[in-house]
Amino acid sequence: MSAPIIEVRIPTILRPYTNSEKVVSAEATNLAELISSLDSKFTGLGERLLENGELRRFINIYINDEDVRFMGSLAATLKAGDSVTILPAVAGGC
Amino acid sequence: MTRYESLEASLGHTPLIGLPKLSPKTQPGKPLVRLWAKLEDRNPTGSIKDRTAMAMIDDAEKTGRLKPGATILEPTSGNTGISLAMVAKVRGYKLICVMPENTSIERTQILEMWGAKIIYSPAAGGSNEAVRVAKELAAENPDWVFLYQYGNPANSLAHYTTTGPEIFEDLPTVTHFVAGLGTTGTLMGAGKYLREKNPNISIIAAEPRYGEVVYGLRNLDAGFVPELYDASIITRRFSVGAEDSVRRVKELLEVEGIFAGISTGAILHAALGVAKESVDAGVGADIAFIVCDAGWKYLSTGIYGKDGDSEVLDSQLWA
Repeated sequence: MSAPIIEVRIPTILRPYTNSEKVVSAEATNLAELISSLDSKFTGLGERLLENGELRRFINIYINDEDVRFMGSLAATLKAGDSVTILPAVAGGC
Repeated sequence: MTRYESLEASLGHTPLIGLPKLSPKTQPGKPLVRLWAKLEDRNPTGSIKDRTAMAMIDDAEKTGRLKPGATILEPTSGNTGISLAMVAKVRGYKLICVMPENTSIERTQILEMWGAKIIYSPAAGGSNEAVRVAKELAAENPDWVFLYQYGNPANSLAHYTTTGPEIFEDLPTVTHFVAGLGTTGTLMGAGKYLREKNPNISIIAAEPRYGEVVYGLRNLDAGFVPELYDASIITRRFSVGAEDSVRRVKELLEVEGIFAGISTGAILHAALGVAKESVDAGVGADIAFIVCDAGWKYLSTGIYGKDGDSEVLDSQLWA
């Protein structure tokens, strides 16, 4: 069985890597595979997301709106229908 | 005792309110899953930030950083500034707030009412820009007292010594604590206290997901993680958009009669999510969440009206 196709939302700051596409997709069963699959389609994107094999400090990635750092980080599993959102870390109020 | 010597003295001890109608129904014979709202709008200036502001000022006075007549500088999206403005007014300090230009008009009006001076930071980049501008101003004006809520341990300590103990005293059976993630002070402080009391508690963070303009950083290195943030205190973290937040704020108003600010909608959305998981798993839960402020400051957005739409929040810093 092939890996599910996952939809990924790309923030403005990373769209130069995706030919300005807001939403892209890639096949993967976990986050590490997803990033590697995205990087093979959009050269250089992987390096913007990872540093020394870990998520960059100012990058947040969410699977169905939940932060992957609390779901196993790069080992977080993906299934058909999951939606992934990448966002830069910003300050908030409350 | 509900008599206090001054407005400041009435800080905290806010009510924890049950939500009998909004709490999910459980199957017969299964334990209850209950939601509890801590009404932080009942603080002196109407938000949870009164705890942060007063603790930071008390600490700066105690350590001698803050002397009579001094000028305080703070980056704020609104509530912390409002709290500081009241305390500064009463205690005789001047206050300069750095606030993103894309915040609701009421915040400016209230800050000016208490005599604060506002320096606006650009909309793009949201609070990151307010923090950057404030840090620059602090370096250029060493005589100003930079309290800096994002990195001031007095912020999280205020919640460790007040918010956390209040919740545990009112609800010793608490299984989940849900709060907003901004400076991270509430979650770090109250979360740490509650975990010490109950190692199995789930500490849930709800962070607002803004429109694209707020994430419009110049580069990734302009990202920001508050110095107070310690991920080990948190169990799970959810990102909640304006649409879900507005829907939940209206639900809270319609079903339970509670008129809350927009960021509370994001927190309630996460709280209802974990409530549903508890129901599905057939386990009981007592879920306490924070109502950060009431809705008054956001009326100008029009979101509370029948046709109020979350789209108006796209370019705003609504939490």
